[in-house]
Amino acid sequence: MQVYGTEITSRLLLGTAQYPAPSVLAEAIASSGTEIITLSLRRETADGSGAGFWQGLQQAGCHILPNTAGCHSVQEAVTTAHMARDLFNTAWIKLEVVGHADTLQPDVFGLVEAARILAEDGFQVFPYTTDDLVVGEKLLEAGCEVLMPWGAPIGSGQGLRNPDALRAMRAHFPKVPLIVDAGIGRPSDAAQAMELGMDAVLLNTAVAKAGDPATMGRAMALAVEAGHLGYAADPMPRRDMAVPSTPVLGLAELT
Amino acid sequence: MQIIVNAQAHEVRAQTLEAALCELGFTSPAIATALNGVFVSRAKRSDVLLTNGDRLEVLAPMQGG
Repeated sequence: MQVYGTEITSRLLLGTAQYPAPSVLAEAIASSGTEIITLSLRRETADGSGAGFWQGLQQAGCHILPNTAGCHSVQEAVTTAHMARDLFNTAWIKLEVVGHADTLQPDVFGLVEAARILAEDGFQVFPYTTDDLVVGEKLLEAGCEVLMPWGAPIGSGQGLRNPDALRAMRAHFPKVPLIVDAGIGRPSDAAQAMELGMDAVLLNTAVAKAGDPATMGRAMALAVEAGHLGYAADPMPRRDMAVPSTPVLGLAELT
Repeated sequence: MQIIVNAQAHEVRAQTLEAALCELGFTSPAIATALNGVFVSRAKRSDVLLTNGDRLEVLAPMQGG
């Protein structure tokens, strides 16, 4: 698949937060086969710990997708995006404008406004949005070429709350890369998203908070691939009644 | 003069943002800056003059989802 002209082989995007140790994060990145990892910006400490973390991650060789997590206003998100571009030397930005502190639900009005400002300034925006079709249209009009609808609230691990809405997004935006971002808890959730025709899945907590993050990273990668192949293979329709799979023709009369 | 760096007060002798970062020990290239809520690019830091009470944010790469 391509995002903003960049060819991506792995359809699993991985967050880098909440791992028990940097070495565990590195193992999870490797086992997941991800090519895109998300990062944030936070206040640097006097000991330069942020720089050390960054040096370690650069060895992974992944594309960096900085986020604006924690920004509650357009101005905060836009300023953070500029700082991220200056720091990571990338035009990519995972744009989050938080509407509620408790649900971390996107403020879609602020999101569209910030996306327009950033796209006009040359950013390649990956907007974390809801599954609302009209908001999706507005984001595309604002210059986004990718949409990242939520599956469930960030960090909840609930799986897809509204599969029908994601299916509708796929139908409404057939050519737009759709990346389910947030809410994935288990490999089956990731596979379900891909079976609905999503182009990729972005997750973090599901791997970071698993008992064995490296193995979960691999499990998620396999689930994403299986779901993607399943969608491409055009699954059979569901039936209400049983239909024998073994031929009835030639059945012996044994009574 | 006194400036606020990442929410903590610091005395600095430097006049420019670039020099203040050096004086405060932010020598890593992996930082991004904003002064009084406005982004200041790497290239502009040596042009930006500080005034007493300025609020400086110095950010670095961090784990994120």
